[in-house]
Amino acid sequence: MIEKPATHMIAIGGSAGAYELIVELLESLPAHFSVAIVVVLHRNSKYETKIESSLSQRLNKKVISVKDKMTVLPDNIYFAPPGYHLLIEPHFSFSLDISEPVQFSRPSIDVFFESMADIYQDKGTAFLLSGANTDGTYGLKRLLEMQATCYIQDPKDAKIDTMPRSGMTVSKKIKTLNNAEIIDFFSQLI
Amino acid sequence: MAELNETHELSFAEIEDLVFLLKNISGFDLSGYTRSSLKRRIQRIMGLEHMDIVDLKNALVNLPGFQTYFIQEVTVNVTEMFRDPAFYRKLNSDILPYLSSFQRIKIWSAGCSTGEEVYSLAILLKEQQLNERAFIYGTDINSQVLDVAKKGIYPLKKFKEYTENFNAIHLKENFSSYYTARYDAAIINHDLRQNILFSTHNLASDQVFNEFHLITCRNVLIYFDLKLQERVINLFYESLALFGFLCLGTKETLIRHEVMKNFKVVDKELNIYQKIK
Ligand SMILES: C[S@@+](CC[C@H](N)C(=O)[O-])C[C@H]1O[C@@H](n2cnc3c(N)ncnc32)[C@H](O)[C@@H]1O
Repeated sequence: MIEKPATHMIAIGGSAGAYELIVELLESLPAHFSVAIVVVLHRNSKYETKIESSLSQRLNKKVISVKDKMTVLPDNIYFAPPGYHLLIEPHFSFSLDISEPVQFSRPSIDVFFESMADIYQDKGTAFLLSGANTDGTYGLKRLLEMQATCYIQDPKDAKIDTMPRSGMTVSKKIKTLNNAEIIDFFSQLI
Repeated sequence: MAELNETHELSFAEIEDLVFLLKNISGFDLSGYTRSSLKRRIQRIMGLEHMDIVDLKNALVNLPGFQTYFIQEVTVNVTEMFRDPAFYRKLNSDILPYLSSFQRIKIWSAGCSTGEEVYSLAILLKEQQLNERAFIYGTDINSQVLDVAKKGIYPLKKFKEYTENFNAIHLKENFSSYYTARYDAAIINHDLRQNILFSTHNLASDQVFNEFHLITCRNVLIYFDLKLQERVINLFYESLALFGFLCLGTKETLIRHEVMKNFKVVDKELNIYQKIK
């Protein structure tokens, strides 16, 4: 069986205060969509959380905790596994990396955004949500350089606005969206 | 963060050049390594050494010792004791009791880095009183990490986390009975270090060197593409005694590989397999 990799990718980077919005926007997704969605969320690797399987049941969609060398497929929702950095290979498969945390984070949003910028370039879209650190800022810079589309959660709507505020320093060109607009974006995916 | 401020952009084409160059001038063949990780690691070296691609190629060709240094820095050596306690729990409750019926137990930790995994295994063997008839080979491509492994001395500050991991396995002894703390270092007990041999072995090019009852290769295959993974799995298959076990990292998968039909899945989540033919 030859599976065709996703030609477009939407990535969501979030930390403290982002989880509820992530669930809400995933709930708003249509039954099928042509992109691959990747969620990079900071969480403690010591506690085996079953986010993926419980979301999978609740949403009745494929929510997958990434395993090494999986092909990036459309119509799937991928979560970066805790304790690893997530990368993308040139032929559109995921690969995992256990090197040092970057700014205390593994997975690091910066690391994933940078890898996505390399591979998906202008076919990539990224969202940076609530968080208490500055992870994702450097990644947004790399994405913009590669002509990807970037959005930041409106700091006023973010539970913790450090991460979105930091992201906004990258460029005035990055659009901020409030929560309703973000959910709207995902509900209209085709 | 030096590597963030000083970015050395490397294209995938330049990476192919470097891989090709290295293969031609040294014994190191990185062609089966994941490009996304190579990119990060090589850019990091360029940042550390303030080199551009021309400098880097030059150093690889002309600077004595630089090839070895390059391999040491390209490989990711991050490790810990009792990483994934659930895996060690399973070894302790099922796998080692099974192997205890064997007269001798030979174990291979492939890609053992600085040895934390090897000493974690040695502690489990000791708990089960199997240490006298067990032997562990720890191998890695990187001779520098093996020098650290041989010493068995680690920064004490890491042991808080290791103790948490250890306690999650629910063993008989206290973790602190397996090492001595001196200033800011923890020294692994001498008796645990018997029946262990560390030596270099390159999974990408070297051959079978012994027969084993248990092989662990965790968080190494993530750096390899499917083709190199295939080579390594075949090597493990040939190195295993019948009914021996193969243990991989929890996020690795092998189902795609042909040789896996000769294995039984012992634990799907923990990635433990048994050779059955
Ligand atoms: C992330 S560490 C894994 C350490 C340990 N197994 C663990 O899970 O904590 C990966 C190790 O694989 C080694 N390695 C990389 N390529 C190798 C090769 N071709 N042959 C043998 N070891 C290799 C690296 O040097 C590194 O020490």
